[in-house]
Amino acid sequence: MNAQAETIATMPTQNEASNDSLLQIRGLKKRFSLSGDFLEQLRFKGGKLVRHQEFIHAINGVNLDIKRGEALCVVGESGCGKSTVARTVMGLISPSEGEIRYDSQRIDDLSSKQLLPYRKRMQMIFQNPYASLNPRMTIQQTLEEPLRLHHPDWNRQQILDKVEEVMHSVGIDPDWGKRFGHEFSGGQRQRIAIARALAVDPEFIVADEPISALDVSIQAQVLNLLMDAQRDRNLTYLFITHDLAVVEHFGTRVAVMYLGTVCEVATTATLFAKPRHPYTQALLSAIPRLEDDRPQHIRLSGEVPTPVNLPSGCVFHGRCPHANARCKQEIPALKTQDDGTRVACHAVEEGRL
Amino acid sequence: MALLEVSHLDVRFALRQGEVRALRDVNFTLERGERLGIVGESGAGKSVAAFSLLNLIAKPGFIAGGSIKFEGKELNSMSERGLRKVRGNRISMIFQDPMMTLNPVLSIGEQMVECLKAHRRISTKEARAIALDKLRQVQIPSPEKRLDQYPHELSGGMRQRIIIAIALLLDPDIIIADEPTTALDVTIQAEIMALLLELCEQHNVGLILITHDLGVVSQVTQRMLVMYAGRVIEQGPSREIINDPQHPYTQGLINALPQMATPGEKLNQIRGSMPSLSNLPSGCAFHPRCDFINRADGQPRPACTQQVPDFVESGNCRVACHMVAEMLEDRRLKEETL
Repeated sequence: MNAQAETIATMPTQNEASNDSLLQIRGLKKRFSLSGDFLEQLRFKGGKLVRHQEFIHAINGVNLDIKRGEALCVVGESGCGKSTVARTVMGLISPSEGEIRYDSQRIDDLSSKQLLPYRKRMQMIFQNPYASLNPRMTIQQTLEEPLRLHHPDWNRQQILDKVEEVMHSVGIDPDWGKRFGHEFSGGQRQRIAIARALAVDPEFIVADEPISALDVSIQAQVLNLLMDAQRDRNLTYLFITHDLAVVEHFGTRVAVMYLGTVCEVATTATLFAKPRHPYTQALLSAIPRLEDDRPQHIRLSGEVPTPVNLPSGCVFHGRCPHANARCKQEIPALKTQDDGTRVACHAVEEGRL
Repeated sequence: MALLEVSHLDVRFALRQGEVRALRDVNFTLERGERLGIVGESGAGKSVAAFSLLNLIAKPGFIAGGSIKFEGKELNSMSERGLRKVRGNRISMIFQDPMMTLNPVLSIGEQMVECLKAHRRISTKEARAIALDKLRQVQIPSPEKRLDQYPHELSGGMRQRIIIAIALLLDPDIIIADEPTTALDVTIQAEIMALLLELCEQHNVGLILITHDLGVVSQVTQRMLVMYAGRVIEQGPSREIINDPQHPYTQGLINALPQMATPGEKLNQIRGSMPSLSNLPSGCAFHPRCDFINRADGQPRPACTQQVPDFVESGNCRVACHMVAEMLEDRRLKEETL
């Protein structure tokens, strides 16, 4: 904690009252334009030239807090905006609205130069280890690069020592440094990607589906490695996944997303024992379990609507078995329940569910 | 006589660096209306096994030996012309990625009619009526409209429903489904799987389901094969294998699932990774990753590193493992002395 307090003091910040949130996301929205550049947006309508723009509403007002030392898992189906949240947090894409605070300091409006000290503290692990390693760089070069960028004052020996240490910590042989990414299997590549993230001693790691591309027996290895790293280095994770079995095992808290909004945030144990939101209930019932003979899942009608034309009111109302007139008009807000779970659902709020 | 009988199937790939045995000595049968799961990690040979049933192995791969009997007829030696009458007609396939299977420049209706007309002498009108009926069976909303739509206009789940409708078009006896839900989301996955199961039961269609998801296998299939590095290492009733796996690899695979560990604790991992088929370890291909290569007295079991294990019968299951064989032998000796 002491070391952390020191780093905070050296940051160019006005140190606000410290709370236990490492990252705060407030009212985050992200739209992606579908309409191309200005000239492509021009249309003739009724004899007039009008500008026509269409957007994908990838995230619509997400509020999340990530506490120090926890693993917050974000789950949801493809297209729900979970990866967009991860990328926005990392500053890889800039939000359309809202703010992101890291250690009480706003980071979403910083220039890339101002962001550099934060980039050392927050690192990312990507889904596909076949795409996230530069094929023209050896493993040694891949691991040295972030160190050279973030520690320009280090000499050659310091860098070599650090690379060797981090390779040991993820269980890859330092002799492999001369080889290229394509010479390794998927699990080994993901270890290398994790080593690259850990090389600069970050305190916060965003992992975007880090084990989805791997085989079952390898998934367990990589998940164990991530858990070891969390324990040894006191890491905080934002873990994006669609695999609920992994969440149940790995997560401290879970945020369930649907169509760009968070519908439920709860501690992992609470969420799995007592899912409140109808979407969470359906999602949990869909996990194939080894135990039961027949899938007793809640069947949702229809499909996820397009994020181009968002449904009015609650985004889930079209597929929800408990929707009423209010759900079709009014957007539900995240409301805290007695046990600390936060649910955005009118039915839960009114006690109908 | 079983509907489908595969024995000693051997598939090789003739590569520049030599022949690679992608599949060796695979044996299984499928009865009418039965559902069989093939489980394994990528590279285990499960897709090759499925593709070789219809001789869909592309060069440089070839079927080097063994027999595939469908209703008593040998598919392996059948002419391409004869095979074409079986493919899609009696045995149809569902592939992983629906977008790759559907032709993007033909409407759904055209693709379904084309398939029907290739196998039956019927008019376009009749074919469209059958297509419509099948679309209704897979519970697609407004099926009349879908016939004239193109694949890109539909969502992933909807496309996979269409693929299932196409697979059912000619009322086949067997459907081979190669990871049919892997590309889909969890909730859609559950729906598609339930639909496939329902239709197979309704029409008494046999199903060969290839997947890496043990949960799906245990819910859908009656019997299963577990594959590792081109060989079947355990086969038997799915429920028995899931509840009481014999082979150390199957045990490891099941124990590695997050739901088998206490939350927050370490997962039980299998160390190392699957060997490449061109460079298989000697003896049992799993021995470098196996925790049971030592005998009860602590001495290594030489057979594991020297000899490819044969199948032993353990209850209703067949297991290819020296350790299991030894255990069964010990038990038999004990019973004899009693």
